[in-house]
Amino acid sequence: MAEGLEEEVKTNPQGDVISAVAAPPKAESKKGAAAQRVVDPDYLILEAPRKKTFITGSEAAKEAVRRSNVDIAISYPITPQSETMQQVGYLYAEGYLKDYYRAEEEYGTFSAIAGASRSGVRCLTATAGPGLMRGIEAIASWPGARTPAMLLVMCRVINTPLAIQPDNIEISYLLNTGLIVLHAENQQDFYDYPIIGYMVGEKPEVTLPVAVAVDGFFVTHARGWVRLPADDIKLPPRACYHEAVPMMDNENPPIRISRDAPIQKSNFISYQMHASWQQETWAAAERSRKWLKRWLGGLIEVVNPNAKTMIVASGAAVSQSREAVRQATEQGGDVGLIKVKSLRPFPHQELIEALDHAEKIVIPEFNYPGWLAKEVRNVVPRTERIISGPRVFGGMSMPTELLLEYVLGDKKH
Amino acid sequence: MSVETVRVSPGFEQYLPQEYYDLVKDSQFTSPRKVSEMGSFKELIEEHPMCAGCAMTLFIRTMYVALPNPENTIFVGTAGCGRLVLSQGAVPFIYGNYGDTNAVASGLKRGLGIRFEDKPKDVIVAAGDGGLADIGFSMVMHSWFRKEKFTTVMLDNEVYGNTGGQESGMTQKGMVLKMAPNGKKFEKMDMMGLAKTAGVAYIVRVVPTNPNRVAAAIQKAVLIAREVGPTFVQAYTSCNIEYAIPTPKVMDDAKEVENARYQFQEYFSDDAKAYWDNLVAEKRKIKGDAPAASE
Repeated sequence: MAEGLEEEVKTNPQGDVISAVAAPPKAESKKGAAAQRVVDPDYLILEAPRKKTFITGSEAAKEAVRRSNVDIAISYPITPQSETMQQVGYLYAEGYLKDYYRAEEEYGTFSAIAGASRSGVRCLTATAGPGLMRGIEAIASWPGARTPAMLLVMCRVINTPLAIQPDNIEISYLLNTGLIVLHAENQQDFYDYPIIGYMVGEKPEVTLPVAVAVDGFFVTHARGWVRLPADDIKLPPRACYHEAVPMMDNENPPIRISRDAPIQKSNFISYQMHASWQQETWAAAERSRKWLKRWLGGLIEVVNPNAKTMIVASGAAVSQSREAVRQATEQGGDVGLIKVKSLRPFPHQELIEALDHAEKIVIPEFNYPGWLAKEVRNVVPRTERIISGPRVFGGMSMPTELLLEYVLGDKKH
Repeated sequence: MSVETVRVSPGFEQYLPQEYYDLVKDSQFTSPRKVSEMGSFKELIEEHPMCAGCAMTLFIRTMYVALPNPENTIFVGTAGCGRLVLSQGAVPFIYGNYGDTNAVASGLKRGLGIRFEDKPKDVIVAAGDGGLADIGFSMVMHSWFRKEKFTTVMLDNEVYGNTGGQESGMTQKGMVLKMAPNGKKFEKMDMMGLAKTAGVAYIVRVVPTNPNRVAAAIQKAVLIAREVGPTFVQAYTSCNIEYAIPTPKVMDDAKEVENARYQFQEYFSDDAKAYWDNLVAEKRKIKGDAPAASE
């Protein structure tokens, strides 16, 4: 830069400097990553003192990644998750991750995650709506391959028609993949759940990928209170030799490993192998329950446990429901709420018990088919108590007034 | 992985399968072998379910012999016929979803690079023309644009053999195959040209009529990929079943095709040439005599 000349620094709408010259990472910014120390997961998740911050969901996820000792993240842009993965890119530039690249599209992204996870490193990626659909073959193949990884899903409308707004119909496609699926309610959850997900998914008796879903825009682009521990602590690294299957790194005997059911050899053997392999994959998710309970504080949360009318919700619908419970109680109503934190494994026993006394069960959702209501109807007895709604979709908000019509009033459809 | 990891405990030799014992005792794991020695040592591929006369099998068998470091090699394959052999070899093998090889290999190679900074791990994609030029095309090209450091080997039988003989992008124009009842409408794809455009460091086209040449090509491709950039080997490996080539005529066909349209072609980027020339010079210095038969 010539001396004495004030050069106008061009920035994009987010305030990042636009430049064709890659800025060398400042020594300052690399200090943070170098100064981090590994702590016990119990300490990071349950015990470490925390400070309140007011940040967006995207930033909350970034803070989770900062403390998760992630080795590699692979990104591809799609609204509304691009911000998070961009932020992860900056974390990489600052030394918090060892490798990072932008892939060519989602199927390539998720297939590369499969390869990286097999090598034994801790992986991260994210997607939304159409991106999930594009790469779902790869995602659905992760559990059977027993490849731990973190998939952040910032829910948005699935075409057709196109929209970028929040609608979580895409979660219904994840429910039969075999992944562990958590549904974050708010910015705080979107910080906590990825960290917990890494620890749960890498347990030797689990060894599964984890999806943390959140309703896009409502959470990703809005600010909320997030209690964060200090940023100089991080999770222990992935202990890849302490998992259910060997790594593909040439360091494990036997010499040859081909980690899939031997359909390669014989169709005759493969049917039985495939059946038992599937059973084992689903059983692995079941074995995650005790870890989820430990770190999530239970697979569900119950507000007003004895209320005659119970709302069952997950994701951003829980926030709306909390407000509805507050208003209903003000108006003399007897209303409670069950927040479902884990969709897979599904808390069927907890729900049966928590709903045993309920006379009316209302299930509000941000999607058309009502996948949560179907899950609940599937496990809870006396289904005549259940109202599968209200439901909004296409990105519409759910006004509390609508919920109150169902909860205090007689609305059923 | 060192062969020491799989060394047999003294006294237990008799309880192991013979092939395992042979592999540990006297194979490419204990010392490098030449194509001319095939038949005199325990090979990395023992048995396979391939069709009689499958040229792909001969090619793959030769490829195994040529591996510079089989103990630290991982194959990535996909749907097709190649995986039926590769899954039987004494080298770890990954099989994902159709066409995902080059994305899987990208993640695998990078992950291995994170965990083993000082130990080269050779990642080799070996898949068919359908898997690489059609369904896997985007992932192949982008792994090349990104300059991912692994080898891609195309087992080009110019057809989707494993699914019963459908035309592929690498089928010649006019060929009548399944899904092309009136003959293929467009030209055989120029993967060699596309590799060059994408900046692949070393590109070679071979036919298994000359096993020494195949071995040399594989060696170069794997070694150059370690240090310089992506490498691509395109091999004509005929499907005698779908192209109705009588088994005794398979090698004649290979020769005819080679002469007509599949001549040996080799391309080095400047960096790859410099690297390879240096490697050869160093090997000569160390040996102090003529280069090995597989160069």
